[in-house]
Amino acid sequence: MSSLKALIQTICPEAVFSNEETGTLQVELSPKELSGLLKPLRNQQDLLFDYLEDLIGMDFGEKLGVIYRLYSTVNGHRIILVCQAANREKPELPSMTPYWAIANFYEREVFDFFGIHFVGHPDMRRLFLRNDWTGYPLRKDYDTSPEANPVKLDAEPLSDISPAVVEKSDGEVVEEDHALFEKDEYVVNIGPQHPATHGVLHFQVSLEGETVKKVDVHCGYIHRGIEKMCESLTYPQTLGYTDRLDYLSAHQNRHALCACIEEAMGLEIPRRAQYIRALMDELSRIQSHLLFYATYCMDLGALTPFFYGFRDREKILDIFEDTTGGRLIQNYYVIGGVSRDLHRDFVKKTAEFIKYLPTVLPEYHKVFTGNVIFRQRAQGIGILTREQAISHGATGPTARASNWSCDVRKHQPYSVYNEVEFKEILKTGGDCFDRYMARMEEIHESIAIIDQLLTKLPDGDYCAKTKPIIKLPEGRYFKSVETARGEFGVFIESRGDKYPYRLKFHPPCLPLVTLVDLLARNNKIADLISIGASLDYVVPDIDR
Amino acid sequence: MEIRKPKIKSLPYNEFNDNEYIEELRKNGVGIITGVLDEMINWGRSNSVWPLTFATSCCGIEFMAIGAARYDFARFGFEVTRASPRQADVIMVAGTIVTKMAPVLYRLYEQMADPKYVIAVGNCAVSGGPFTNSYHVVQGVDKILPVDVFIPGCPPRPEALLYGMMQLQRKIKVEPFLGGVNKKEPKSHRFPAINPGEEPIFAEKYHQTPISQAGSKAE
Ligand code: SF4
Repeated sequence: MSSLKALIQTICPEAVFSNEETGTLQVELSPKELSGLLKPLRNQQDLLFDYLEDLIGMDFGEKLGVIYRLYSTVNGHRIILVCQAANREKPELPSMTPYWAIANFYEREVFDFFGIHFVGHPDMRRLFLRNDWTGYPLRKDYDTSPEANPVKLDAEPLSDISPAVVEKSDGEVVEEDHALFEKDEYVVNIGPQHPATHGVLHFQVSLEGETVKKVDVHCGYIHRGIEKMCESLTYPQTLGYTDRLDYLSAHQNRHALCACIEEAMGLEIPRRAQYIRALMDELSRIQSHLLFYATYCMDLGALTPFFYGFRDREKILDIFEDTTGGRLIQNYYVIGGVSRDLHRDFVKKTAEFIKYLPTVLPEYHKVFTGNVIFRQRAQGIGILTREQAISHGATGPTARASNWSCDVRKHQPYSVYNEVEFKEILKTGGDCFDRYMARMEEIHESIAIIDQLLTKLPDGDYCAKTKPIIKLPEGRYFKSVETARGEFGVFIESRGDKYPYRLKFHPPCLPLVTLVDLLARNNKIADLISIGASLDYVVPDIDR
Repeated sequence: MEIRKPKIKSLPYNEFNDNEYIEELRKNGVGIITGVLDEMINWGRSNSVWPLTFATSCCGIEFMAIGAARYDFARFGFEVTRASPRQADVIMVAGTIVTKMAPVLYRLYEQMADPKYVIAVGNCAVSGGPFTNSYHVVQGVDKILPVDVFIPGCPPRPEALLYGMMQLQRKIKVEPFLGGVNKKEPKSHRFPAINPGEEPIFAEKYHQTPISQAGSKAE
């Protein structure tokens, strides 16, 4: 780490370093230094930070700024950059878009929530809120009253003009308009209400005949403002929202937040609770992949698999329901462990289920995987290379289908994942078919994990004792877990209160949806459906 | 005097009648000549209510679950879900409705052919649910649409969804059809004042502004 520090010091002599001994190196720098650092950070061989893990907008109180988390998949090191804009009235920061593709959406999100302009960003529109929204909601001085932004029933004005933020040679920063679509382009709208978008997502697709030329994604139709609400809730209260982000990975999301808070508190959780959590996580992974199978097949016109997938998914929901009382939203994990012990039938039922599932999976493949129509619509379609996956920040089965080993369970083991044996499924093709197969094979790995956990399941407490009021010591905390869709991260900035000062969720699905444009270009419009479904994003997770 | 005794399979008649709202629907009485015809038409209508495929978030997954084999709402006549609002009879608002989605939802509703119904599925659609304090969430779809049935729960169990759908069937059964719902009612009729004293935001105002181009290119 000290070498990392030395390297950065030579480029930015004025940077302030912190957190050297423990955890990840944090560097505070000015916007000017940051813009000079970006290029070497991305390209210099001994730095080579190729994966932008997260870009977190912050209202530091006096100033606005951004926290960057970067990781090098080559050198295996991680760094946190903190950069504050010069003033609140016209906050400006250098854009990262030339070096990391995903920065485009992340910066639009920060612009949307904090009003920070990123110099060099080609497309500085709001990402989630309406174009005519007043104010920037995640600023601390934002007026949340409904009168400021009443519910409007007239449609959102959409414009084909997008502003790019450019710096002139004399240092002045201006907005320059440029067209998203040309006048004679043929643009078709898909969504926001369309069965194939898997929720309320809106694509503006520019077509040439049947060939897709460009896809412009509009998000925000289910932006619920969870991060802002969390700032006025106590830590145990914030837990409830995680289940409702990506509801198919409800347990895993909650795991991330619980683990983050526990780590910050220095709370050791009982072994049994850790096992229970890992068990539940894997069960939800299976049910999520079953649902993926069901919906992917349905999107491609096959209805039978939909019934197959749901039939077996219901069995898992039954197991959940016995223990947690919920089918979809379970609210099961709490700070310190889980809220109640496993149901007496849990072990028996789960053991039965993991015996049963491998007997029906061949049937799944028989009805669908070998089908020649499916093969033609999936093989060789929407190829994502490893470099693109990293640059776009895609994680989970999608990235692993492109041969990027990014499983958080392997690389930063949490809970009891270092005590079980499983394979990380890697594929090399990166097309729709590989993404599909990666998920189907992950089901087998999850079954193997559950099998090992069940035999080792220890007795004992299921929840550690905590104080009635939970306060976190001052500091910044990160934690990520592997959900069914990729890396789900939690960032907490605590100022020593019982409320988080800022709570940011890093959704795995936002990077996935940015891939749609990349992958669908020059494919047929029917492939757009196949590509979208194979990415398996959940829209409320994108929008939060 | 009660002329008709409509009933729904698997819903006891006593329970069927146990609802203040039923009286309201029956207030206008039943036409002597059209009564029997009405009943026949309503029997048909209530057993083929086609929902729109519409879901915004978590509750939508439960909506899919009742479409699948285990709960199977086709048993009750909710045969097929339709992807086009033109072909749907009922919109099940499953999931949170946020400010940006509100005009889209309203337009979907407008596009549906009369007679049409709205079911609010889940706490979010009923009142904003867990997100009611958010800056970007509509506090219940009844603020923008006239809701026929509310199904609480977060998410409601599939059984609750089925029960709610049967309640809608009941409503359809008691409604006078000829001279009733088959005639287009004035807007004010279709929008009962749900929050007394509160001006509904779907007031006539909306219709004075030309329907602008949601989701299409503006010049
Ligand atoms: S009511 Fe609950 S389950 Fe349904 S959409 Fe709202 S948060 Fe999700």
